[in-house]
Amino acid sequence: MSEQGFDFQFVVSHYNYWMFVILMMTGLYITVSRGNLIKKVVGLNIFQTAVFMLYISMGKITGGTAPVLIDEPDILYSNPLPHVLILTAIVVGIATTALALALAVRIRETYGTVEEDEIAEIEQKMEVDVSVTRGASGR
Amino acid sequence: MMALIVSNLPALQVALPIIAAPFCLILGRGAWAWALATIVSFVTFAISLALFASVYDGSIISYHMGGWAPPIGIEYRVDIVNAFVLLIVSGVAALVLPYAYRSVADEIPADRQPIFYTAFLLCVAGLLGVTITGDAFNVFVFLEISSLSTYALVASGAWRNKRALTASYNYLIMGTVGATFFVIGIGMLYMITGTLNMADLAVRIADHGDSSTLHMGFVFILIGIGLKLAMFPLHLWLPNAYSFAPSAVTAFLAATATKVAVYVMLRFMFTVLGFDFEFQADTLKLVVFPLAVAAMFAASLVAIFQDDLKRMLAYSSIAQIGYILLGLAFLTHTGLLASIVHLFNHAVTKGALFMVAGCFVLSTGTSSISSLRGVGRDMPWTAAAFVAGGFSLIGLPLTVGFISKWYLVQAALELGWWPVALLIMASSLLAIIYVWRVVEAVYLQPAPEGITRKEAPLSMLVPAWILVGLSIWFGVSASLTTTAASRAADALIGQSQILWQE
Repeated sequence: MSEQGFDFQFVVSHYNYWMFVILMMTGLYITVSRGNLIKKVVGLNIFQTAVFMLYISMGKITGGTAPVLIDEPDILYSNPLPHVLILTAIVVGIATTALALALAVRIRETYGTVEEDEIAEIEQKMEVDVSVTRGASGR
Repeated sequence: MMALIVSNLPALQVALPIIAAPFCLILGRGAWAWALATIVSFVTFAISLALFASVYDGSIISYHMGGWAPPIGIEYRVDIVNAFVLLIVSGVAALVLPYAYRSVADEIPADRQPIFYTAFLLCVAGLLGVTITGDAFNVFVFLEISSLSTYALVASGAWRNKRALTASYNYLIMGTVGATFFVIGIGMLYMITGTLNMADLAVRIADHGDSSTLHMGFVFILIGIGLKLAMFPLHLWLPNAYSFAPSAVTAFLAATATKVAVYVMLRFMFTVLGFDFEFQADTLKLVVFPLAVAAMFAASLVAIFQDDLKRMLAYSSIAQIGYILLGLAFLTHTGLLASIVHLFNHAVTKGALFMVAGCFVLSTGTSSISSLRGVGRDMPWTAAAFVAGGFSLIGLPLTVGFISKWYLVQAALELGWWPVALLIMASSLLAIIYVWRVVEAVYLQPAPEGITRKEAPLSMLVPAWILVGLSIWFGVSASLTTTAASRAADALIGQSQILWQE
């Protein structure tokens, strides 16, 4: 109904998508803008959770009940498939988070910091050092 | 027994490496884990050869996982397109693993080698799974299996250079954002159709027709996969990941990971969204096409100014992905053929070149170009392999690179876009410059006094030379690869109605 201009009913009845958009943009913004490696992981988690919400809410059918098979032929079920998909996606998300945190721990051990700009400074220094020693020894 | 194995080949293709992976860890000794991984990679390669042979005539194998018929069950669908990609992935794995023995022994501590080979096999399994599956959500799951193990593999370069840690971390962030975008796209398609099976999706989307949800789904999938395949300018994770990963990992990833992502893109564009989808054709023409041309030049230019050999090759990879996307964006039969043939040709060429870079790293301890001065006399075989691979990268005749460029230029001329044909040739000139820089350092500059560098061991030279040999063999007699690519292009076009002409 876009020709009729602003449709309040339409906007409100799709509130789950608005929540998805807000959460997704929050997560993505944190991931991109924060320099702290841990905060980036947090942002990534919010971003992924938004997608979980998108999938789960689209499986909901108005008036539908939990998809448990009972002996009643007329009963309306919600769609269970998106829920199952998201179970898989949650597992993937946990694995990603675990790996990211493990890397952050290792980075902290080797660099002594988890701030991106400080790491970049250290790496720049490493590059200069490498080229200086290379120039000196001929390697 | 034999019949049982043959009928379950598509499942075994993925299941074998995934089941073997934890055994590498249990074996506990680096050499044993390596032996198991190598044997598994040979068997996997044999399976994909068998699959390729049985679909070469254009037939399709549809395998129902667990006996559940699609579209409810997960279907493994092998046609000429993905059989070709399976062959690339498992073939490169079977060559990289013998190569890895010495290279990994040099770069990874002995007690960590079993877990390295575990991650390697998981990565192979993930890439094979992405390629073989006919289920859209399954693509995401396998994509993440391969990506997660890739992050671990890249990070294992930290014993040589600690910057591998940050490279891996940045790759993880961008890769996960890409994968999540991809999942959102799949969700949109699912919202429209209520199915996840690719063949079923194609039918239902065609019935459904154009809609704004479909536009969003397509854009999310394009950007998600674009991040995974390092489409310019979404390539920022690639140079660091490739330069700091262990040499064997770089050789494997450069030859396979981005190629598999390109395959996913082909599959979604031509099979799933293959109806008369004007928005997609416009996006390819107005967004992907200019970006591909920009990648050819920008990445090649940056490659010229790199001091690190592996980083230079990484930037060259981004440029080569530009060629692949360019062929795709032509949306003609010849363009698609060029794209698919370059998928193979670039895998062979870049695999060989990164193997050579690994040989240099083994004997000089660094991959910096300035440390390669005069190395041509000490390591004649390695240096010669680099020259042959470099020729193919430039696209000189009698190498596979020439075949790809030939079809690309032909596709451009067919459309009457002669400026594009000129651009393709001009960007090859840039390749000459960055390849020449290395050749000059290796052969023409005097070796530093008092340093002798040992020739790389045979176990590394032989796989590198096999790939170099392939890049010359298929450059001289290209009929096998071009026939396969042509049939693959036919198969994709047969399912699709978005071509501009013909």
